[in-house]
Amino acid sequence: MGIYTSGFPILSLLTYLPLAGAIILLFFGKERTDAIKWFATLVVGVDFALSIPLWFAFERGAGAPLFQFRETIDWIPALGVKYSFGIDGIALLLVLMTTLVGLIAVYSSFSAITHRQKEYYILLLLLQTGMIGVFCALDFFLFYVFWEVMLVPMYFLIGIWGGTRRLYAAIKFFLYTLAGSVVMLLSILALYFFNGDGIPFLNIPGLGAENTFDILRYHEIGHLIPPTLQFWIFIGFFLGFAIKVPMFPFHTWLPDAHVEAPTAGSVILAAVLLKMGTYGFVRFALPILPDATRQLVVPIVVLSIIGIIYGALVSLVQKDMKKLVAYSSVSHLGFVMLGMFALNPMGLSGSVLQMINHGISTGALFLLVGIIYERRHTRLISEYGGLAKQMPVYATFFLIAALSSMGLPALNGFVGEFTILLGAANRSIVWAVFAAVGIVLGAAYLLWLYQRVFWGPLDNPANQQLSDVNGREILTLVPLVILMFWIGLAPRPFFEIIEQPVQYLVEKVDPDYLKKERIVYPELPAAADERHAELLPVEENR
Amino acid sequence: MTWTDTILLIPEIVLTIGACVLLLAPVLGMKEQSPAAKWVALAVLGATAAAVVYASNAGETIGGTGAFHRMFALDGFAIFFKLLFIGAVALVVLLSNEFLREEKYSHWEYYSLLAFALTGMMFMTSGIHLISIYIGLELLSLSSYILAGYYKDETKSTEAAMKYFVLGTVSSAILLYGLSLIYGVCGTLQLSEIRIALAGLVANDALVFGIVLLAAGLCFKVAAVPFHVWTPDVYVGAPTPVTAFLSTASKAAAFAIFARIFYSALPDFRLDWSALLAAISALSMIVGNLAAITQDNVKRMLAYSSIGHAGYALMGIIAMTPLGLHGVLVYMLVYVFATIGTWATVLMLRRHAYAGESVADFEGLHQRAPFHAFAMVVFLLSLGGIPPTAGFIGKYFLFAAAIQSGWGWLAIVAVLTSAISIFYYFRLVVAMYLREGKAAEVMTSAPLRFAIAICLAVTLGLGVLPQGLIAQVQSSSRTIVATLVP
Repeated sequence: MGIYTSGFPILSLLTYLPLAGAIILLFFGKERTDAIKWFATLVVGVDFALSIPLWFAFERGAGAPLFQFRETIDWIPALGVKYSFGIDGIALLLVLMTTLVGLIAVYSSFSAITHRQKEYYILLLLLQTGMIGVFCALDFFLFYVFWEVMLVPMYFLIGIWGGTRRLYAAIKFFLYTLAGSVVMLLSILALYFFNGDGIPFLNIPGLGAENTFDILRYHEIGHLIPPTLQFWIFIGFFLGFAIKVPMFPFHTWLPDAHVEAPTAGSVILAAVLLKMGTYGFVRFALPILPDATRQLVVPIVVLSIIGIIYGALVSLVQKDMKKLVAYSSVSHLGFVMLGMFALNPMGLSGSVLQMINHGISTGALFLLVGIIYERRHTRLISEYGGLAKQMPVYATFFLIAALSSMGLPALNGFVGEFTILLGAANRSIVWAVFAAVGIVLGAAYLLWLYQRVFWGPLDNPANQQLSDVNGREILTLVPLVILMFWIGLAPRPFFEIIEQPVQYLVEKVDPDYLKKERIVYPELPAAADERHAELLPVEENR
Repeated sequence: MTWTDTILLIPEIVLTIGACVLLLAPVLGMKEQSPAAKWVALAVLGATAAAVVYASNAGETIGGTGAFHRMFALDGFAIFFKLLFIGAVALVVLLSNEFLREEKYSHWEYYSLLAFALTGMMFMTSGIHLISIYIGLELLSLSSYILAGYYKDETKSTEAAMKYFVLGTVSSAILLYGLSLIYGVCGTLQLSEIRIALAGLVANDALVFGIVLLAAGLCFKVAAVPFHVWTPDVYVGAPTPVTAFLSTASKAAAFAIFARIFYSALPDFRLDWSALLAAISALSMIVGNLAAITQDNVKRMLAYSSIGHAGYALMGIIAMTPLGLHGVLVYMLVYVFATIGTWATVLMLRRHAYAGESVADFEGLHQRAPFHAFAMVVFLLSLGGIPPTAGFIGKYFLFAAAIQSGWGWLAIVAVLTSAISIFYYFRLVVAMYLREGKAAEVMTSAPLRFAIAICLAVTLGLGVLPQGLIAQVQSSSRTIVATLVP
C-alpha cells in the first residue's frame, strides 16, 4: 500500500502496463496461442490487481484533495503541454471498471477468437492503455491524444474479428467518433487562446496567462468566458461527447458497431467507451462552461428523453438479441444524460453511478449473448425458446443481468435510476414522468426477451444439445453479478466516493443551487422503498 | 559583394559542383548503371549538409540583412528548409535505387538532375528578392520537368512531363506578370523593401492584381485548387520515386517561398488577400479529399490527398501570425516524412513499371510484410492527423493558427475534411489488414527498408516527443517573426 501514497506514478504504471505487455506479445510466436492468451490475461490481471488498492488508498472526506495520485511533468513546454495525471472519485470508479472489464474481455475471448489471435490480444491491450489514459489525463492535450489513440485498436477489433458487416461498422465507428473529436479539438484550442493571448481577430481578449492545457486551470477560469464564446465552445464539446455517448440523434453508429463487434469488443464498447462521452461532459463541459450548460439544459434534456424512449421502443421490436441490448444502451445512456443535466447533486451522483451500472449490466448482457452465440451461431430471438430447461445456470445469470438492467430493487440499476429520477423530479416533474415511462418500457423489452428465449417449450432441436455455461464463462460473469448486488444493496461506499466531486461540480455549474439551501443530500436508498416517502416531500417543496 | 557574401553560398556551390560531377561521371569512364552512383549522390548531399552547417555558423555575423545586395539570406528559416530538402532528397535517393536498376536508365544523370533540383530549392528558400526566388524556382522546375518524364519509353510518363512543362511554364509566366505589376507599384522586388514601399499605401488595382497573379502562380506550384489539375496526372505518370520527390521536397520548397514572400512582403495587406487564399485553401481541402475517396489507383489517391494537404498548409499562411508560420514549418516537416514513407511502401509493391498501384495490390500485406504494413498504417495515421503521430502535431499548429487568427470556419472545414481523409487512407488499411488476399509480391531492399525505418522513427518520435522540433521551429522562424509585429 505504501507505494500508493508515496507519490509513486501508479496511474502511469496502470496505463502503460498493458502497452508494455502488448510490446512483449509482439515477440511471441504466432502459433503459440495458449501462451499468448495466458500472457495477455496475466497482464490485464496484474493491471486489475494493481488498480484495486486505489480504492482503499483514495482519501475520502472533507479535507481530502479532489484529485489524487497526481503526476505532473513537462511534456511539450513550448506549447504549455504537461504530462498530467490524476483521478477524482468519478475517474477512480471508471478506472476500476476499465481494468475489471479489460480482464473480463480478455478472459472471455479464449474460445470466441480463433484466428489471428496474437494481433487480437495485442490490440485489446493497446485499447486498455488508451482507455485508462483518457480517465487519468488532466491535461487537454494528453487527454486528446489518448482519446484518439483508443480509436485505432477498436477499429481493428471490429474490422477484423467482427460479423459480416464488420468493415462498414468499423469505419462508421471510426469516422463518427473522429468527426466529433476533431471539432472538440477546436473547442479546446479556443479555450487555450482564451486563457492566453485571446483571439484578437474576433475581438475576444484573452486572460494573458501563461499558455497551458491544464484542465484544472480551465475549471477555475471557466466562468470568466463570455457566454457567446462559451456557447460555441460547448457546441464543439457537445459534438465530440454526444456522438460518443451516444445521444439521439448521433447514435446511429452504435447499433452497427455493437452488433458487428466481437463479444469482448461489445463489452468494452458498452462498459467503457460510451462512458467516455458522459465522462467528458462531467469533466469538461459542465465545470468549464457553466453558463452554456445552464443555457442548453432544456434541449439536451429533450434529446435525452427522446433517447430514453426511442431507444426503448426500438429495443422492443428487435429480432436480434445483440441489437436489442445495443439499443437498450441508447435508452440507458439517455438516463445518464438526464440525471447529469438535472445539475443537482442527486441527479449528478445518480448519473455517475448509472455510468458504472450500465457498464456492469450491459457488459454482462453482451457477455451472455456472446456465450449463446458461440454455441448456436445465431442471435435471432426466434431461434430460441425454453432455454431455461436446457441451460438453467445460464438462464439464472441472464435473469439477474436483465433485472439489473431494468432497475429492479436490490440490484444496481434501481439505485442509479431512482437517484436520477429524484434529481430530475427536483427540476421538473415532467422530466421524471417521461423517464419513468422509459423504465416501464425497459422492463417490457427485457422481460419479453427473457420470456421468448428462456420460457416456453424447448422445441427447436438445435437447442436441445446446448451445454450450460462452463467454468470459465461463470468466472467472467461472477464478478459482475457480485457488483450488481453490492451496488444494489449497499451503494453507500460508491456514493461516498463520488460525493465530493459531485459537490464540486454543482458548485461550478450552478453555484446558486447550493445557496438556496434546498439541498438535501439523500440518504440513498438501499432497496428500501419506505425511504422514498421521506424523500419525496422534500422534492415537492420546490 | 564581398567574400563574406560568398560564404553564404557555399552550400549551393558545393552542391552545384557535386551535380556537375554526377553529370560528368559517365564521361569520366564510370558505367551508366554503376551502383556507386547513389553513394556518390549521398556523399554530395552529406557534403552539402555539412556546408549548410558551416555556412550558417559563418553567416551568423552577417545577420538578417542579406548578401548580394540584399538578394540572398541564410537565416534560420532558410537553414531549416535547406536541411529538410537535403534530408528529403537523400530519402528519395534511397527510394530510387531499385527503380533505376530495374529500368536500366542512367543512374548518374538522374541523380544529377535531383541535385540540380535541390540546388534550385536551396537557392529559392534563401531568396529575399523576388528575382532570386524566381531563378531558384525555375531551376527546380526545369529539373522536375525532365525527372517527371524519366520513363522515356512510357507514354504516360512523357505525357506527364509534357503536361507539367506546359502548365508549369504558363504558371511561371503568370507569376512573372504578377512580379512585374508589384515592381511597377513598389519600384523594388526586395521583400522587405516592398513592405516599406507599401506602408501607408492603400491597395490599388494594380497591386491587388499583382498579388492575385503572384498567389495564383504560387498556388500552381503547391498544387492548390483550382490550379491543381496537373497534379494527379503528373503524380501518376511520373516514376514513383520522382513522384515522391515532387510531392514532398518540391512542394515544401514552394511553400517555403510562399510563406517567405507573404510573411516578409505582404503582411500589411492581409485583409486584401486572405479571403482569396482562404477560399483556395478551403476548396483544396474539400476537392482534394473528396476526389481522393473514389480513386482506386493509389498514386492518384495520394496525389489528391496531397492537394488536400496543400490546403491545410495554406492555413498557416492565411493566419499571418507567428503560430501560422511555425505551423507551415512543422507541417512541411511531418508531411515530408510521412509522405515519403507511404511512397516507399507503394514502391515496394511495384512489380514492374506501374504495377503496385491499385488498392487491391495492398490486400493481405500484413501477412507478407508485417513491418511494412505497420509502418504504412503509421504514415497514413500521420497524414490523417491522428495522435500519437507527428501529423497530429502539424495539424494542431495549423488548426490553432486558424482559430487564433479568426478563421473559425476554415478550421471547421479543415477538421471535417481531415476526418474524411481517414476514410480513404483507411481503404489501404482495410486492404492490408482486413482483407485476406494475394498481395502483390513484395520487393524490398535494404535502402528501401532503411528509408522506411527513418520515416517511421521520425513520424512516431516527433509525435510522442515534439518539443525539440517545436523549439527548433520557433528559433528558426525568429527572424521573420521579428519583422511581423511592428
